[in-house]
Formats: sequence, structure tokens, C-alpha cells
Amino acid sequence: MDFSTPQLYIEIVYLLAAITFIISLRRLSNPATARTGNLTAAVGMSLAVLATIASILINGTDWHLGLIIVGALIGGGVGWYLARTVEMTAMPQMVALFNGMGGGAAALTSMSDFLDRLNAHASYGYDFSTATALGVIIGSVSLSGSFIALGKLQGFIPARPVTYGGQQIVNAIVGILIFVMAVYLIAFPAGDVHTTVLVLMSVLGLILGVAITMPIGGADMPVVISLLNSFTGLAAAFTGFVLGSNVLVIAGALVGASGMILTQLMSKAMNRSLANVLFGAFGTGGGTEAAAGADGARPVRELTVDDAATLLAYANQVVIVPGYGMAVARAQNAVQELAKQLEKRGVTVKYGIHPVAGRMPGHMNVLLAEADVPYNQLYEMEQINPELPQTDVVLVIGANDVVNPAARTDPKSPIYGMPIIEADLAQNVIVMKRSMRSGFAGIDNDLFYEPKTSMLFGDAKDVATALTTAVKNL
Amino acid sequence: MTIPLLGLSAVAAAETGSPQLPLLFMIIVVFVLAVFLGVEVISKVPTMLHTPLMSGTNAIHGIILVGAMLVLAAAGDNILLLILGFIATVFGAGNVVGGFVVTDRMLQMFKKKPQPGGKQ
Repeated sequence: MDFSTPQLYIEIVYLLAAITFIISLRRLSNPATARTGNLTAAVGMSLAVLATIASILINGTDWHLGLIIVGALIGGGVGWYLARTVEMTAMPQMVALFNGMGGGAAALTSMSDFLDRLNAHASYGYDFSTATALGVIIGSVSLSGSFIALGKLQGFIPARPVTYGGQQIVNAIVGILIFVMAVYLIAFPAGDVHTTVLVLMSVLGLILGVAITMPIGGADMPVVISLLNSFTGLAAAFTGFVLGSNVLVIAGALVGASGMILTQLMSKAMNRSLANVLFGAFGTGGGTEAAAGADGARPVRELTVDDAATLLAYANQVVIVPGYGMAVARAQNAVQELAKQLEKRGVTVKYGIHPVAGRMPGHMNVLLAEADVPYNQLYEMEQINPELPQTDVVLVIGANDVVNPAARTDPKSPIYGMPIIEADLAQNVIVMKRSMRSGFAGIDNDLFYEPKTSMLFGDAKDVATALTTAVKNL
Repeated sequence: MTIPLLGLSAVAAAETGSPQLPLLFMIIVVFVLAVFLGVEVISKVPTMLHTPLMSGTNAIHGIILVGAMLVLAAAGDNILLLILGFIATVFGAGNVVGGFVVTDRMLQMFKKKPQPGGKQ
């Protein structure tokens, strides 16, 4: 690096940016400071980008700077538009999209610098070629993996685990090929073949990203996105090695490490190991009608809106267990109206939130906050479970796997051991659902067939609105 | 135009006589310390913040935009390098802007609500 005075100032700005990222991570871990934490990092990022423009200007500029600004405006504009307009329920898809873009940028940047070196017939050391290979491979995996995750969540790629015989072997062969190519790039002095090998290696990286994401079920996509987020951080750090940029190394390593911890926290919230998520081919991803089974379709009890309203209105305590189905039906506001009506009649209403309700840990809190549900009505699983045996009615809205008693009782069930909201211990259970479809884990739910359970089929928003009216008219 | 866009070995080679190890070693030290910092700084996070935290870290690795801008500036007249650098810049900018905006939208939901006892 050229440590002339202006360049030194630029490096100092980069250091400041790195410090804001560290402060930001700390603040993002606490609800009270999270928002300013995010803004802190945004300010640091702006400083880093301005410093980069300054360093390009110092070194004499031409039309390249115009090209950079055009590119940044296009990318920034698209990112801004999507981030502003997307539905809150589709947040996980957005994170996957932006993560994939970051991974792609890291792979292309490493690749570009390496090709530049090859073109100039400049010499380079093992450290440079190793960092390039890692940046290109990890970035490519992150790019294609993120887009598969996005597709699975959005539904244009089957959410169920896509598996076939010999899959692990095929994946292993792709992995080995990538490894061999990387070794070739690193160990052999620059030659004409290097460009071809580099491009082939990144294509294989893309294939590997697809291959390892396809066998993972839709319910596990948040964990996968978190893992790929960590990968992109690492890819950025390796690109930092390639370019000799401290700020890239620091920010990339921070995200790589914290992303890995976060991934483990998420797996833990689902009571699964990361290895089990990645290689378990878990769940069918929903969409399957509950299997009729050998014993034929089991009977469920349906009840009318008026009956349900009576049951709710004369209860002492009602616990609402919301799931992703409620968010998809955009029923949050209608449900909150119902809760207000019940409270007017002296019913205590609480929300029981499962840690992985929604599509990601914490997703449901965001969705309910959007509907102005007060904080003090939200109870975490551990807080609400002891109260359930004394609860008159549990109202399950668009949730399924998180109230499946099989997690507690059936060691053969794929979700056995997952902590659940123990709705089956309450006096009565009303389940609002569109149909008897299984949840994201793709398994049947015994709760629906219990004598104390009644089903209320229909669109969650319509049913909640009808219930509110019925309660009012009682 | 020349940009101080140099890999480690090239930097070390430029400083004739200086051994190659220390510079590489310095940046590895930075990397390792940053990894430990990343682990330490988010050891305890409430579940409800997992999603925003993932989204926030997602925005931070958008720092790759800085690298993309530097390689595009150094691409010269090489069409391939210009294309690669341009796409990288578009992607990097999308990562940065989209990442921060989406995180802010999530977090703005977590504003203070009426205190307990205020109603009910």
C-alpha cells in the first residue's frame, strides 16, 4: 500500500468504518439500541465508500469513476426499491437476495483482481492465489445457494428436500474437482490455462451452492441463509486479503464469525444440530395434504364461528398462538381487533410466541409489532407453557408444527425433541387453518384430532373478522 | 491510472529487502482478532433479534462494494475486467443499500409501545 499522506487519511477513515461495524454489532444485540446500531453501521459504510471514491480521485480519475457511480446507483436503487416495497412476510427472501449479491460481488472482485494480475504477467505469491481461490469459491457457493434459498421460500423452487440416489457422491465429486482446481491455481505458476481454470472453478462453485441447498427443506432455509450470510462474510474477508484491504478483512471476519454463532443459535432454537439441518433432508416443505395414512382419514371436530365466539368470550384466559399462516393471510390486525374485543369483556388475552414462529427466529415479533400488538402481551414459549394448563382456550392461528405434541411424545417423529408450545395441555383448543395441509415439517399433527380440539377452517383474516363481529353481538 | 491495488505478496515484493512474512502476518493477525471479536460481540442475543441481527450483518458484508469499486477503477480497457467489476459494483451496492434499508424497516417496528398498566 502506498502510505503517502492522503492514502494514510483514507486508511484512517477505513479504520473508523471498521469500528462503527463493531459498535453496530454490539448495539444490534439489544432491542433498545438495535435501530441506532444499524444506522451506525450505515454511516460507517457511507464513510468507507466516500473514502474509496477519494482514493480513486487521488490516483487520477477518468471515465472509470463514472462507470462506478452508474453501477452503484443501479445496484443501490434496486436494493432500495426492493427493501422498501417488499411485504414483511417476505423479509427472509430479501435477506437471501442481498446476501447472494454480496457473495457474487466478492467472487467477481477476487476473480477480477486475479485476472488483472494474469494479464499483466505480474508475479504473485501463494498467499495471493490462495485468498483468490477461497474468495471465488465461497462467494460462488453463497451466490447460488442464496438464490436457491430465495426460490424455496418464495415457492418457485420446490420447498421439499430434493434428493436422489448417489447425491452425496455427486456433491463430493464436485467438491473434489473444485479442490483440485484450486490447488492447480495456487501451486502452478501463472499460465494461459489459469483463466479457464478460474472460470470453471467458479462455475463449479455455483453448482456446489445449488447442490448443497436443494436437499434442505424449506423450513430450514433461515438457518441456511444465516450460514450463507456467514460465508459471504468470509468471502469478503478473503477478497480483503487479495486486495490488501484491512477494512474488508475486519468486516468480513466479523460477519463470518458472528454469522456462524447466529446460525448455531438458530439451530438450537429448533433443537437441531447444524449438521442435521444441512444433511438431514428434513421435512417435505409443506404443501402435502396430511397423509390419510393406513387407517384412513381421521375425523376432526369442526365448529361454527358463533360457537367459537361464545367459547372465547366466556373464557377467563385466552392464549393466541400465531404462526406463519396468520402472517400470510395478513390477519395480524384482524386478530388484534378480536383480542381487543375479548379484553373489553374482561378476558385476559396473551400471545404465545414460539422462537421459530414465522419463517425465521424473531420473525413473528416483527410481524406482530407491525400490527401494533403491545410488547407486554407477547410471551415467549418458556413463559407461556406453565400457564397453559390453567388456560381456558388456546387459539392456534395458522401455526402447526410448533404446537405438535409429537415433539414431546413420539420418539419416531422427525420433530421429536423440538420445544413446542404445549397447546394440548389447555382446557380447549381452537385451531384456525385454511385446510388440513401439514405444516412446513410435512408431518401430521395429533393435536387436531384430540377431543378438546375444534377446527375452524377458512382464511385467517376472514375468520378473525367474523369472530370479532360475533363476540361484539353476544 | 494507477491505483494502490496490491495483493500482499506484491506489496512485500515492492518493499525490496523487507521479508515477506511480517505483512502477511499482520493481516492474518487482524483477521484472527476480528473473528474472535465477532464471536464475543454477539454471544447473547434474544431470539426476537435473530432476524434483524442476521439482516444487519448481511448489510455489513456489503463492504465488498469498496473492493468492487477498486477493481473496477483498475480495470483499464480490458472489456472482461470492466464487465466483472461493473457487475460486482452493482451487486455490492445492492447488498449495502438493500441490507441496511431492510434491517431498518424491521427494527422500526420495535419502537416503544404503551407501557404496561397504561391500558387494560
